[in-house]
Amino acid sequence: MSESAEATGSPVTKESGGRAARRWRVPVHWRPLVIAALLVLACSAPFQLVPFRVFQFTMVLIYAVALLGLNLLVGHAGQISLGHGAFFAVGAYSAAIMLHAWDAPYPATLPVAAAVAFTLGLALGVPAVRLRGLYLALVTMAIAIFLGPLLKRFESVTGGPMGLTLAKPEPPAWTGLAEDQWLYFLTLAVAVVAFLVTGSLLRSRVGRALHAIRDDQAAAEVMGVRLSFYKTLSFAWSAMLAGIAGCLYTWVIGYVSPDSFGVTLSITLLAGLVVGGLGSFWGPLLGGLFVMFVPSISQSVNDAAPGVVFGLLIIAVMYVAPTGLAGLAGRAAYSIKKTLRKE
Amino acid sequence: MRVSVIGCTAMLLVSVAACGGRGGTEPGATASGPCQGQQATGITDKSLKLGGIYPLSGPASAYGDIPKGIKAYFDYVNAEKNGIGGRKVEFVVRDDGYQPPKAVEEARRLVEQEQVFALFQTLGTPSTTATWDYTNQHKVPQIFVATGASKWGTDTQHPWTIGWQPNYISEARIYAQYLKKDKPNAKVAVLYQNDDFGKDLLGGFKRAIEGSGITVVGEQSYEVTDPSVDPQMRNLAGSKADVFLNVTTPKFGSQALAADAKNTGWNPLHIINNVSSSITVLKPVGFENVQGVVSSSYYKDPRDPTWNDDAEMKLYKAKMQQYAPGADPNVPFFTYGWAVADAFNKTMSAAKCPTREGLRDSMRSLSNVQVGMLLPGVTMNTAAGDGFPIESMQLMKFKGERWELFGDVIDTRKEFGPLTG
Amino acid sequence: MAGFLQQVVEGLGAGAIYASLALALVLIYQFTGIVNFAQGELAMFSTYLAWQFTAAGLPFWLALVITLVVSFAGGMLIERVIIRPVEGAPELTVVIVTVGLFIFVNAAAGWIWSFLIKDFPNPFPEGALTAGGVSVGYSTLGILGVVGVVMGLLYLLFQHTKIGLGMRAVASNPGSARLVGIRVGWTLALGWGLAATVGAVSGVLVAPLLFLDPNLMGGVLIYAFAAATLGGFDSPVGAVVGGLIVGVAETLAGAYVGFIGSDLKIGVPLVIILVVLLLRPRGLFGRAVVERV
Repeated sequence: MSESAEATGSPVTKESGGRAARRWRVPVHWRPLVIAALLVLACSAPFQLVPFRVFQFTMVLIYAVALLGLNLLVGHAGQISLGHGAFFAVGAYSAAIMLHAWDAPYPATLPVAAAVAFTLGLALGVPAVRLRGLYLALVTMAIAIFLGPLLKRFESVTGGPMGLTLAKPEPPAWTGLAEDQWLYFLTLAVAVVAFLVTGSLLRSRVGRALHAIRDDQAAAEVMGVRLSFYKTLSFAWSAMLAGIAGCLYTWVIGYVSPDSFGVTLSITLLAGLVVGGLGSFWGPLLGGLFVMFVPSISQSVNDAAPGVVFGLLIIAVMYVAPTGLAGLAGRAAYSIKKTLRKE
Repeated sequence: MRVSVIGCTAMLLVSVAACGGRGGTEPGATASGPCQGQQATGITDKSLKLGGIYPLSGPASAYGDIPKGIKAYFDYVNAEKNGIGGRKVEFVVRDDGYQPPKAVEEARRLVEQEQVFALFQTLGTPSTTATWDYTNQHKVPQIFVATGASKWGTDTQHPWTIGWQPNYISEARIYAQYLKKDKPNAKVAVLYQNDDFGKDLLGGFKRAIEGSGITVVGEQSYEVTDPSVDPQMRNLAGSKADVFLNVTTPKFGSQALAADAKNTGWNPLHIINNVSSSITVLKPVGFENVQGVVSSSYYKDPRDPTWNDDAEMKLYKAKMQQYAPGADPNVPFFTYGWAVADAFNKTMSAAKCPTREGLRDSMRSLSNVQVGMLLPGVTMNTAAGDGFPIESMQLMKFKGERWELFGDVIDTRKEFGPLTG
Repeated sequence: MAGFLQQVVEGLGAGAIYASLALALVLIYQFTGIVNFAQGELAMFSTYLAWQFTAAGLPFWLALVITLVVSFAGGMLIERVIIRPVEGAPELTVVIVTVGLFIFVNAAAGWIWSFLIKDFPNPFPEGALTAGGVSVGYSTLGILGVVGVVMGLLYLLFQHTKIGLGMRAVASNPGSARLVGIRVGWTLALGWGLAATVGAVSGVLVAPLLFLDPNLMGGVLIYAFAAATLGGFDSPVGAVVGGLIVGVAETLAGAYVGFIGSDLKIGVPLVIILVVLLLRPRGLFGRAVVERV
């Protein structure tokens, strides 16, 4: 989960490059300890927490996987998508339809959901690479908006506006786990694999190609990077990760409906990613925490109009940390270290 | 292997948040005495904790007024009536933004963390569908959900969940019956919202007119994200129908009324469904433009002078002013909230045991229960095989500046037989 | 035939509504180079102000003038207070700030004025002009007229004034603009102020037709984006033409193409945009961006 040093260290944008280069790191001999501690923490959490919290952290991990995909596209390839809720929905519906219509075993839904989202991402990626920044953002948003009516239209398959209700995966008896714990571990396993694979992908020549495109498209092309190939591929991978998150969502929530995947979801995902930290390896996780917890925090601050607080919080985070919470954490650690050195 | 500081911080945040929620699941409290062994979570001799889930943010926020009416009622009952049977009611409202996954989270928060006795109202068919498996598995009453979908009554797998308001199919049957009498050869054009609500009502209407001379000659749907229903209204006008059935939520109801008024070449009998029948929908269109519009209702309209001397109405207006100052009691969402809270009071008071099981049994065996602010003759009835508390409505026609009720209160149960899935 | 023409007229009416907001989007993009997600919500908020003034007894036109002035000042204030601190941050940061602003303004309007609809006075007379079996509402004519005037003024501003020139310089390269003596900060603030004013005009135009509630512009914004994308984000003429095309195409497809129907008609602008952008990525009226390496 943490073999991502290079990816983390890569500059978010040209502006923030200098800052990122000065990032302070945990001393080498601590690292195995830290990783072990984190894994133990993640694995022991469901035995320490009430089921409601376990459910919340499961949702955080699901959003983190979706944001990981979005980060690949926005943070690493420099393309803006306002339609990732649509890929999330496609994954969720693929799984739901398999479970509902064919009684498929639920482990089988994950690769299928991933494949469907990947294919769709590839198909949309081909025209998408010809669009730049703003225009791509708006086209993807239009797709997210169009998906709702489309899902309602094919009622015999999708359940129409009523949606589909599904049974949740049962924990196998030998594990002795409760349903919430089992779902948490399933999600955690998928999330860890997704983070590892994405991390190693970004450290390969693919990642370097993507960063080259993001930082200077023309220069990358001159150097022989195949622009359309890498852009299309990053679009497809990104869609696939969102689709995987959608599949996990179906397992955990057990209900899909067009209302669950409105354009709000797409916008919230993008906001969550930017707030978490664009192009940063930990941004998706921080973004997942933000997407999950901040709306309910907003309501406890202002019962009458939670949106007022939520909107202000987004703006406030962007003030304090224009490169996201991940950047803020890095900066804070850096300045602490500097202070310590002085003493 | 290298780990960045950010990574540690992220995990640290997770762990801090995680430790904040530390604690095991204790089994809920149980009752003793004659109700021994039944669940008594969230209820003591002095208190009763309820949770409700509404959209307080996002596009459906208008419904966020309902819990204000409910809170005003409970504040009044707590302060002046010593609560419900000596128990002061605490009503916790959570926001789901009309998003099903959020509704699941909030339902779990209310049940597991807030330890509420029951979920009193979840709003919207999607949010309620997303949560009812959970509430029924955990045997938590989910009482009087704020949606008129027919499945709350016809379903037999979820005994802990029950609706309240007349379901959309029954409402459609009332309009069909009215047309059969008044316009037996009516050609009907329908505008409906493309979701469960619109489809339930339209489907119910089509089934009710089967075998009669009434035909549906045009139907158009709209999405809640559409800016306007004008194009749909233009298409419907081309159908030359002589009846227009307006199955919309408030803003689109106003738009459709205005479009009908603007089109002087097409003057059908305009029937607007109960959801959009409030004065707040009609007034912006201009009262002169909505004369003769037909709708149906089951609770008293605070704007109707018929009820000026009605004791329930006077109490409602006085207590709203006292406990929800600044809120306009004429807003029908407040009236709805007040009435449904009174319905809860009556149902809870009738429970034999002050337990979740007691409430479930009580809400499934209501017999002719009078509820404040409902129309005279409209009462709550449920029984085994009948999961619809209110199934009576009365037709009304708009005259001058208010609705005028006409005809008798129609008990759809008696009139059309029981509704089955 | 009359029926078809009538549908076209309805489409133009809808298109004029989209165009009015698209003009504000184009304006802010020209000045600041960002897409402002909160533009529709600011327009909605301005409309509530106008409603508040008329409800307080002011005559409509006076209320309108006050609203426009307040909106202009409000737009500049928002730029100085909310946008300024993230100036120079990555573009996406600014966009997300406008998303935050969107959520904030929408919730604030609901908090202040409730989510129930308000009746907003119509500046145009009731009734319609009928010719050859086709009737055009005076409101539609009025909106088209106002949109045309605003479009003309923006065109003049962009192409024939010094402000317009400075603004284009700032949008394309703030650093160089500052070096040649343009007050970048004030130009950006001016852009926000003007966009808010145009947005207020849009809100006041559409509120009598769509009915005023905090989600007044939510549905329109999508179509306005479509209009601006289609026309090109740097052209007021494009925004208006794009809006009209989107409106007409959507209405005709909903009315005559059975498979599309009224539920899938939102897909029509999507397809149009995609096709146009693939063939002509800068939009119908946009200038091609030439990148220097």
